[in-house]
Amino acid sequence: MHSVYSFVTGPMVWVAFGVFVAGCLFRLVVLLSQVSRKEPFIFSYMNLKWSLRSIGHWIVPFATVNWRRHPVLTVVTFVFHICLFLVPIFLLSHIVLVDEAWSISWAALPDGLADALTLTVIACCLFFLVRRIRSPEVKFVTYPSDYVILAIVAAPFVTGFLAYHQWFGYPVMFILHVIAGEIMLIAIPFTRLSHMLFAVFTRAYMGSEFGGVRKAKDW
Amino acid sequence: MDERSNWDWEPGARTVADLNQWKEQYVWVEEPYVRPDGEAVAAIVNVDEGEFTVCVNGSPWEENTYEKIWHLRYLADGRLFAIISEMGEWTVSLDGAPWETKFGYVWNPIFTEDGRSVAVSFQQDMQYGMALNGHCWESTYPTMTNAALSPDGRHTAAAVQVASIGEADIQTFQQGCFTVAIDGSPWEQTFVNVWNMAFSPDGSRLAAEVRLNLYEYTIAVDGVAWNSVYNTVWEPVFHPTDGSVLAPVRLGGKWWLYCDGKPFWDPSFVQLWHPTFSSDGRRLAAVVAPKFGRWTVALDGKPWSATFRDMVTDLVFSPDGSRLAALGKEGPAWKVAVDGRVWDNAFDMAWQPVFSPDGRRVAAKVERSGKYTIAVDDRLWGRQCDAVWHPVFSPDGKRMLIRAVENGEFVRHVISVADIAG
Amino acid sequence: MAEPAEEKEKKGLDIGLEKGVSKLTPEKIEQTINDVLDKECGPRFKTYVETCIHCGLCSEACHYYLSHDNDPRFSPVGKVKQTIWEMLRKKGKVNGEFIKRAAEITHTECNLCKRCAMYCPFGIDIAYLMTVVRRIIHKLGCTPQYIQDTAHSHSVHYNQMWVKGDEWPDTLQWQEEEAQAEIPTLRIPLEKEGAEIMYSVIAPEPKFQAQLIYQAAVIMDQAGVDWTMPATVGWDNSDMAMFTGDSELMGRLKRAHFETAARLKVKRIVMGECGHAFRSVYDMGNRWLGWQMPPIPIVHAIEFYAEILRAGKIKVAKKFSRPVTLHDPCNVVRGGGLHEDARYVTRQLCETLVEMHPNREHNYCCCAGGGVINCGPPYKMKRIEGNRVKAEQLFAAKARGAEVLITPCHNCHSGLHDIVHHYGVGLEIKFFGDILYEVMEKPEG
Repeated sequence: MHSVYSFVTGPMVWVAFGVFVAGCLFRLVVLLSQVSRKEPFIFSYMNLKWSLRSIGHWIVPFATVNWRRHPVLTVVTFVFHICLFLVPIFLLSHIVLVDEAWSISWAALPDGLADALTLTVIACCLFFLVRRIRSPEVKFVTYPSDYVILAIVAAPFVTGFLAYHQWFGYPVMFILHVIAGEIMLIAIPFTRLSHMLFAVFTRAYMGSEFGGVRKAKDW
Repeated sequence: MDERSNWDWEPGARTVADLNQWKEQYVWVEEPYVRPDGEAVAAIVNVDEGEFTVCVNGSPWEENTYEKIWHLRYLADGRLFAIISEMGEWTVSLDGAPWETKFGYVWNPIFTEDGRSVAVSFQQDMQYGMALNGHCWESTYPTMTNAALSPDGRHTAAAVQVASIGEADIQTFQQGCFTVAIDGSPWEQTFVNVWNMAFSPDGSRLAAEVRLNLYEYTIAVDGVAWNSVYNTVWEPVFHPTDGSVLAPVRLGGKWWLYCDGKPFWDPSFVQLWHPTFSSDGRRLAAVVAPKFGRWTVALDGKPWSATFRDMVTDLVFSPDGSRLAALGKEGPAWKVAVDGRVWDNAFDMAWQPVFSPDGRRVAAKVERSGKYTIAVDDRLWGRQCDAVWHPVFSPDGKRMLIRAVENGEFVRHVISVADIAG
Repeated sequence: MAEPAEEKEKKGLDIGLEKGVSKLTPEKIEQTINDVLDKECGPRFKTYVETCIHCGLCSEACHYYLSHDNDPRFSPVGKVKQTIWEMLRKKGKVNGEFIKRAAEITHTECNLCKRCAMYCPFGIDIAYLMTVVRRIIHKLGCTPQYIQDTAHSHSVHYNQMWVKGDEWPDTLQWQEEEAQAEIPTLRIPLEKEGAEIMYSVIAPEPKFQAQLIYQAAVIMDQAGVDWTMPATVGWDNSDMAMFTGDSELMGRLKRAHFETAARLKVKRIVMGECGHAFRSVYDMGNRWLGWQMPPIPIVHAIEFYAEILRAGKIKVAKKFSRPVTLHDPCNVVRGGGLHEDARYVTRQLCETLVEMHPNREHNYCCCAGGGVINCGPPYKMKRIEGNRVKAEQLFAAKARGAEVLITPCHNCHSGLHDIVHHYGVGLEIKFFGDILYEVMEKPEG
């Protein structure tokens, strides 16, 4: 037990963050180098103003027609993505770990709030799950991998919540939480979770095409 | 060149015809065309409802009027060409003398550089053929495209359909129903498509772009396809002296210049077209896009460093092949580029540059704000005209004939080239 | 427009698909798919596929999806799933039946209208993915018969209607003569080097709708425009090769178009009221040839009419009195931003504009574009049934008073004609040119 604990909280953390950072960089470098090699024309159309115009509309809730058409999904999506970053970065116990290691710290969320936001993420994941199962247009394009990806994202929050409340045995749950977090980090560059990296580029490119060439809105 | 030495090269300006008077004389006057020596100007004019003639220096070119006249052009040898129609039949008229043969329709005239040969495409009873200097192909075809005339003016060719294709019969089409007909006689080989073709300088051989199936393109020379196939090809050219055939070909998403089915230039380009030889065949230039959205000229495979965003056109070598000029377009501005150096002057429009006989001077017809003038070596002639035609250098290259319309008058200017170029 | 002549309601086989598929072998399919996906497609394709999180948010963008009661098979991502994803998942090892279905999906269940690009939060270009499928279908030789035949016409005559070399100038001269009965001095100047504008059209105009050339000539004449039309190939701006995935042929056509304009030394190309041709010359064909933007500016008829009306070159004698509604064609609105110009022209020419909803960039497609109508009779009902929402949208505009439907695009015109007829919408369909010609001041008028 102890050796597993040391491994997942020691070298495995380094591996996970290493793979995450290197993987993300690798994917971006590959993308950009392939574009310059195989589809350099894309760069000729990329334009900062039009990119930001498009991204700006799509990162604001209800600023696009499609966000307005799906109010519940829009709220869930934005809340989910905000909490997905907010909770792990501003969780007191995470900050303490960083502080202990490198004496760097920053403001933390109150534990009660963090707990509530964790539940919110889990609830959002449940919403996505139900939507995948219940909405025909989503179900039709759902593969087992979509459930796996959802599980990868939900797992750190579920295990974190259980560990914090010390249900089902704290040590085991803590280890599971660390492992779940590490799996998610590793998965981001190499699964459809990579939309975290690529969405900004696809959006920017479409925004540039619509703004510069098509002279039309893309929202 | 000999003929040019007989022209009037005495410096000065001489009004040849007053087009204003024509406008009073006729219902309307169409675009004027001028003889190479500048001694005559002609235009299609409307005499009355459905009655047309050609007015040359103020007089009709013949007694008859026609229901329709179009495609009026002066040939290099000074003859005046037009397509005319009477009683629903069409033919060619040269200097007001119609060909004896009449057709269901005539279009797409092609002239040799010296103007001595004229070929047209004709339609008669829904069959198609070509007529060369009044002589028609003996065989005609249900479809004919991509007409060509040999440089010596003795042969004509076109892509023709040699098998019948039913409506929307894609299967038969893809078996290959087209070939090349030279002087009316078809090649034995058929292709899915045949497009642009080139005669050898002596007119004895012919190369054409062909499509073997929907996906494989190549060049066929005298009916024999190159051994290799390509994603697509552009128009072939014959080497002026050694008989080899070159064409741009597309492979792997890039364009390459090939000769007789083998790579010729090293580099590939985003685009490569209009391969053009100097007259002695020692140098070869083409319009290329070295990268997406940038255009220039490649000389013997090496692109100029100056590039343009929109277009490069009108590639031309000096008579001795030592110099090379082209037009480049960047946004609304057209510029002249010579040997890789771009003129400072920008124009709303420019025409193909003209080299002096010794190649030292470059002149071009240019337009700014609706007014036309002549530029020589990046310097402008002082006069702004309503129209000008290509400048013509005297055989010794010291003088220049400028044919211009000013205030409605057609004026023949002979100037000293130094007056513009300094 | 561009429907095959004599379109009749025919059910059943499409020999393009049937015979095409019958010639395929598993090896040929596998190799072709992998060649296109690996060699021709690049990071754009890969990123689109890998970034899509299968959320289904593009679904409601598609008129087929909406018209089929939200049947997920018709959602944009649903079409990607049934084609691209399967090809990738099976590494190209799909069977002939799959290819046939893929050909139907990409050619007759998607108009490449790109409305879904505005609904995907990531801006994934699903229409582009569908064009990749069309490219594969082309390479496999399974393109639907009628649109393939049109591509063949392009390959022979550089126009989409088998219009022969003589028929083009002959038609222009005939229309010139017709128009001279109305305006005796009117000309259609052929091959006038140095004119300001080259006017280009699609082949259905000389073939079936020569009155549109007549009207354009009257408009040009009265506006005092210095214009010309070529008497050679290059006059036709249409491009079904773009829609069959035959990029090489598309490039050939567009090169002829732009080089003809360059040969005539014109400063701009003004084109008739056609959408797909605009896409071809403004967006697709130029890029394949290496031009970032059209080397000679392209001015669509909507923009041109707006320009001459703003400049006062055409005066309106009496505005069109019947209330009109305006269909925004995807290729010139979502693809060219001409929606406000279209409204300006409408207000200048007509007394009452009744907007249909949604409109502008969000307008529903006509369901004819993207080459769908060009696939011909076997798919006519599919096309009409696939656009019930359009009929509903038009009914709503009619309920608010619209009597006339303006559609500044040939494909839209033909497609909406079928919709209006089938569903009994009861709107008269017109081009801007029809109305402009009708209401403008003319010498006799």
